[in-house]
Amino acid sequence: MKYQLDFERPILELQRKLDDLKKHPEDHSLSVSFEEEVAAIEKKIEETRRQIFAHLSPWDRIKIARHPKRPFTLDYAESVFTDFSELHGDRLFADDPALVGGLAKLGEQKVLLIGTQKGRDTKENIKRNFGSAMPEGYRKALRLMKMADKFGLPIISLIDTPGAYPGIGAEERHVAEAIAVNLREMMLLEVPIVATVIGEGGSGGALGIGVADRVLILENAYYSVISPEGCAAILWKDRAAAPKAAAALRITAKDLSELGLVDEIVPEPLGGAHNNLPDMAQMLKAALITNLEALKKHTGSERLKMRYQKYRAYGRFVETQKKTAGLENGDSSTNGFPGAGAI
Amino acid sequence: MATTSFTKKTLGLENGEPAVTPPTTETQANFLKKPKLAAAPPRKRDIPEGLWTKCKKCGVMMYDKELDDNLKVCPKCQYHFPIAARERIHALVETCSFEESDASMESVDILQFTGASSYTSKLEQYKKSTKLKDAVCTGIGRMGKYRVALGVMDFGFLGGSMGSVVGERLTRLIEAATGKGLPVIIISASGGARMYEGTFSLMQLAKTCGALAYHAKAKLPYLSVLTNPTMAGVMASFAAVGDLILAEPGAMIGFAGPRVIESTTQSELPPGFQTAEFLLEHGLIDAIVPRGEMKARLCSYLEYLMVGREQLAALGG
Ligand SMILES: [Zn+2]
Repeated sequence: MKYQLDFERPILELQRKLDDLKKHPEDHSLSVSFEEEVAAIEKKIEETRRQIFAHLSPWDRIKIARHPKRPFTLDYAESVFTDFSELHGDRLFADDPALVGGLAKLGEQKVLLIGTQKGRDTKENIKRNFGSAMPEGYRKALRLMKMADKFGLPIISLIDTPGAYPGIGAEERHVAEAIAVNLREMMLLEVPIVATVIGEGGSGGALGIGVADRVLILENAYYSVISPEGCAAILWKDRAAAPKAAAALRITAKDLSELGLVDEIVPEPLGGAHNNLPDMAQMLKAALITNLEALKKHTGSERLKMRYQKYRAYGRFVETQKKTAGLENGDSSTNGFPGAGAI
Repeated sequence: MATTSFTKKTLGLENGEPAVTPPTTETQANFLKKPKLAAAPPRKRDIPEGLWTKCKKCGVMMYDKELDDNLKVCPKCQYHFPIAARERIHALVETCSFEESDASMESVDILQFTGASSYTSKLEQYKKSTKLKDAVCTGIGRMGKYRVALGVMDFGFLGGSMGSVVGERLTRLIEAATGKGLPVIIISASGGARMYEGTFSLMQLAKTCGALAYHAKAKLPYLSVLTNPTMAGVMASFAAVGDLILAEPGAMIGFAGPRVIESTTQSELPPGFQTAEFLLEHGLIDAIVPRGEMKARLCSYLEYLMVGREQLAALGG
């Protein structure tokens, strides 16, 4: 049985009706031909799907982002890229199957691809921790990214994780440090970096491979500081309030685009990315190539400056006094890029 | 939005220890009204109100004054109580030397967060209870012979959570330090990123680390001090990337919350898990330093890390 989301039920019911009709052609309505009735139902399915997907709530979209059939990083590695060759290990402790990386071609362009990776079934999910990376994963990603920087390979990062793995070993091997170091070091890599949230953008675990020149997000993906369930548990004292938290946090692609926190929304095929991988892959590939080509027009130091300014600008606040005596040198309006003018 | 001219005023500490900071007149009025250390979080008192505190760890009863004089550390068992940001700054910098930055910066309810409670009401509540505008105080002051860019978080303000203001104040502080050739010291106390500002809060992790990247590139020292608690988004950003990382005794330090780990892994947590002592044992921090020794220790590290830069730091770059 195909996995269905609750809001997809009307589509499923129509589909069943269509299947029944095809199985028993003698049951069709007397007023129209069998072919006409099939065509009518097919049209109804398409209309219903369009109707449903035009009115998705934030929580519906999170369900799509978490759909077990949703394309994952390795699906795109095979459909968006060619010649993907996986590279393993952080050279320190282990290889983390929840965060994969390797060399690949994006069209003609040779790149480094990294991304968090969920499992397709229970067995694979146990191996891949449901896409929650360990410190080893973030350290492997950094090792590969530094190599890419050394040899001038652009970096493509695909993000799909509920968050970094909350485990004893992860704490003992300092997952917080692994993420923080990536945030710092990714700011200094001279090669172009394009990150795309393809499913779940779960907090620090997502950002840990997400500092980029361009941040894209698929139409039904989300990017949040905390899971809606976690937020609901803290603020509503009830995990069941997750749909409310999902709306309040404003974490959908559309919300984030309106807030200026992502650069581009990559549209998904009708019914979500899982409904049509070939189309999805084509759209993602086009978006990645366009963005990469634009970034390649700049020098490494220009990109570093723009990348710094991009993150520098995130934040909303009010000030009654514009500046303070002690910090005038550090104000972003005069010198937001300390590497450039300072010292 | 009126602009207030810079005035000399106190940090709002007992006895009005003078320092220079450019406050708004409104906060000044608040300080005058209640000069006592108001930033300590509310705590239970069994006997005569406002006079005694019972140690959470050893249970000993002590005068509030005794506790205050000991930097909020239990004289008997050395339990480190939370300490307000301004009180800590007072204990670290030389008298009159601290110039607070961006004191007028305030959070806004950018998401118009609707839910169990409104962000605006939370902000108002904590502004009142802490006499702070947000969860970090930043500025430049002198410690021993060094001018330092100092950021001190206050757990009493919405759990020390990092939203746009915390991220922006720290980023400006770090950028100023890079520009002036100063060391950065950040004392963390935080439950993590601030939910009420959604993905804006998350981006503060990258913003602060980005500023530190250029501070590090300029070969300037950054000392990170972890106090109880330093967790999640703050631990996974600026707090974790110090050239030296120190922690106060017994501080809870980690990424994921212990209950989350317990429920995810279905296993019992090892004794002392996520304490400063646990981190030291696992090689994740440089040293544990009691609060009373912190200033001397930081100054002595600066002697090593600022070799050849003394003049620059003394002159202010
Ligand atoms: Zn005690």
